Amino acid sequence: MSTTPPALDMAAILRDTSNRVVVCCGAGGVGKTTTAAAMALRAAEYGRTVVVLTIDPARRLAQALGIQSLGNTPQRVPLGPEVTGELHAMMLDMRRTFDEMVIQYSGTERADAILENQFYQTVATSLAGTQEYMAMEKLGQLLGEDKWDLIVVDTPPSRNALDFLDAPKRLGSFMDSRLWRLLLAPGRGIGRLVTGAVGLAMKGMSTVLGSQMLSDAAGFVQSLDATFGGFREKADRTYELLKRRGTQFVVVSAAEPDALREASFFVDRLAGERMPLAGLILNRTHPTLCELHAEKAAEAAEELEKTDPTSVAAAALRIHADRASTAKREVRLLSRFTGANPHVAIVGVPSLPFDVSDLEALQAIADQITGETEAA
Amino acid sequence: MVASTPNGSTSIGWPSRLTKARLHFVSGKGGTGKSTIAASLALALAAGGRKVLLVEVEGRQGIAQLFDVPPLPYEEVKIATAEGGGQVNALAIDTEAAFLEYLDMFYNLGLAGRAMRRIGAVEFATTIAPGLRDVLLTGKVKEVVTRTAKEARPKHSVYDAVVVDSPPTGRIARFLDVTKAVSDLAKGGPVHSQAEGVVNLLHSDLTAIHLVTLLEALPIQETVEAIQELREMDLPIGSVIVNRTIPAYLAPDDLAKAAEGDVDADAVRSGLATAGITLSDADFAGLLTETIQHATRVAARAESAEQLVEIDVPRLQLPTLTDGVDLGSLYELAEELARQGVR
Repeated sequence: MSTTPPALDMAAILRDTSNRVVVCCGAGGVGKTTTAAAMALRAAEYGRTVVVLTIDPARRLAQALGIQSLGNTPQRVPLGPEVTGELHAMMLDMRRTFDEMVIQYSGTERADAILENQFYQTVATSLAGTQEYMAMEKLGQLLGEDKWDLIVVDTPPSRNALDFLDAPKRLGSFMDSRLWRLLLAPGRGIGRLVTGAVGLAMKGMSTVLGSQMLSDAAGFVQSLDATFGGFREKADRTYELLKRRGTQFVVVSAAEPDALREASFFVDRLAGERMPLAGLILNRTHPTLCELHAEKAAEAAEELEKTDPTSVAAAALRIHADRASTAKREVRLLSRFTGANPHVAIVGVPSLPFDVSDLEALQAIADQITGETEAA
Repeated sequence: MVASTPNGSTSIGWPSRLTKARLHFVSGKGGTGKSTIAASLALALAAGGRKVLLVEVEGRQGIAQLFDVPPLPYEEVKIATAEGGGQVNALAIDTEAAFLEYLDMFYNLGLAGRAMRRIGAVEFATTIAPGLRDVLLTGKVKEVVTRTAKEARPKHSVYDAVVVDSPPTGRIARFLDVTKAVSDLAKGGPVHSQAEGVVNLLHSDLTAIHLVTLLEALPIQETVEAIQELREMDLPIGSVIVNRTIPAYLAPDDLAKAAEGDVDADAVRSGLATAGITLSDADFAGLLTETIQHATRVAARAESAEQLVEIDVPRLQLPTLTDGVDLGSLYELAEELARQGVR
């Protein structure tokens, strides 16, 4: 309880023109997308030209940003005349990004063969790590466009925050598996007689999948591999970009044990990879606005309810008692995190009592993130 | 136990037809607490001396974390006792191990399976034919549901109920679409005939699919979408379990006014005086703001809940645990489920 973490100054980070990329990471369901959108909006209000790459926004947030349609390209969000910067928003279309990469790396003729292959659709959507890979790829593309002062990236919803860093590599290692290489080897693969363990394995595969499917799959592997050589290099390059100066990772967490545990893993990993961590945004906290002790409030409420069961004062006291015990629990959870990560800067964002459905609500969140509540 | 909400629309409580169900799938958007609810449901169903199996299929070792035990092996182990001599066993299905078991059982290909694992072929096969994984998992689930005792009570099911901590709402329909999944695989053969049995089980009244949600926009949106998908597939929907509800505390009139930012400050002040509490001006203003925020939240949730009325599915409700979830709270939630008719 004794450690007071340093305060995360997001206003300074978003204003600093040397910062070009902000990546929002964290476990699923902690409010990453909303946080990313709020930060992007605030940076635009600071006069910067900003694009926010969202992955899977809630319908109302998407509406607030005017990106209901899956454009896969940034669209400008209309802001008030007093805003000197620009906010652009886009929603990642994973499949389309994948298609575009195939076309880019395979040439039109071979690309058509791949895109029409029956496995392509399956692999393009079911392969673990594809979404993360495509988010990285899109980030790489946006960086290449050279027209953004700041790119704010939301990361795919996954239980593990580390997936964003690991999934692209896992995709690569799948392509490097022994079986993949076997299917590639010229004159080998399915038609050829293989013996021993490999032969046994192939027999197992063709029994379960059918021999036609297995030979189609081998054909697909061969046509896609040339493309994936490019994919792999590219994933490595984008990964390196994330280590550059000008990138800031922001870990978003809810005040829940699982989410904070994920945040802790992520913080350790960033340190290990020497990737720049701005700090932790602790989302949806419930700080009390009244110092009255929780138990005292509950006792008083009970007294009042004896004479008036619908006493508005009793209700207010009950509400406060709940909020105070929630706040206490959140402080306890946070102190566990800061005990393990004493140098990580933190800012708390109190829970909004409503869903974000317009820019005004995003501004309210941005105020909390940047500590500009007075200026609002 | 089926009662009506004050506004008389959706029934709250466990409908009696669900007492026939022996296979319960629990899905929900990530972060809604589906694993916690699945465990609590298993405990509730085990009450009164019954034997229940809690299954997880995503390889996360979520059950072990919830019950605070070391990672589970791929076998059924006793994990908890329930009220009245009930017992909950747990099974963490490992896809690779299930795949090897399957090859061995249906094709007599145990050796080939091990060779496949060594060269990464199991991962490859489940990637190009994602249905394979689902067929394996649901096939294993069917096996435990239909398994009967050999000695003590021949012909009796080993488990009175099986609860599956299932994939999230975004994937639940695909997970249970065994017909589609099996069409990915080699035509004919034992996999297909076994899959037919799984399809029959999933479409029977032995099965119930439950969706856990919070009264917030995104989880509700996903719940509604999942229910539409499941209905189109004719899969039996059990209930919607609304998790982490908050008590209104305020009387309906006061609540409506407070949600508009209007709290009777004089009434609060005199109430506090009666209770012998004096607050500084700042604390008093804070108390009013807390009340307004609370009312706004309750009102927003009531509005979200309207969407659930439209889909017309029986609903259960579980409270927010302000102290967080631990082993004890699983039993607390189980009791609450029992109170709402789960048995």
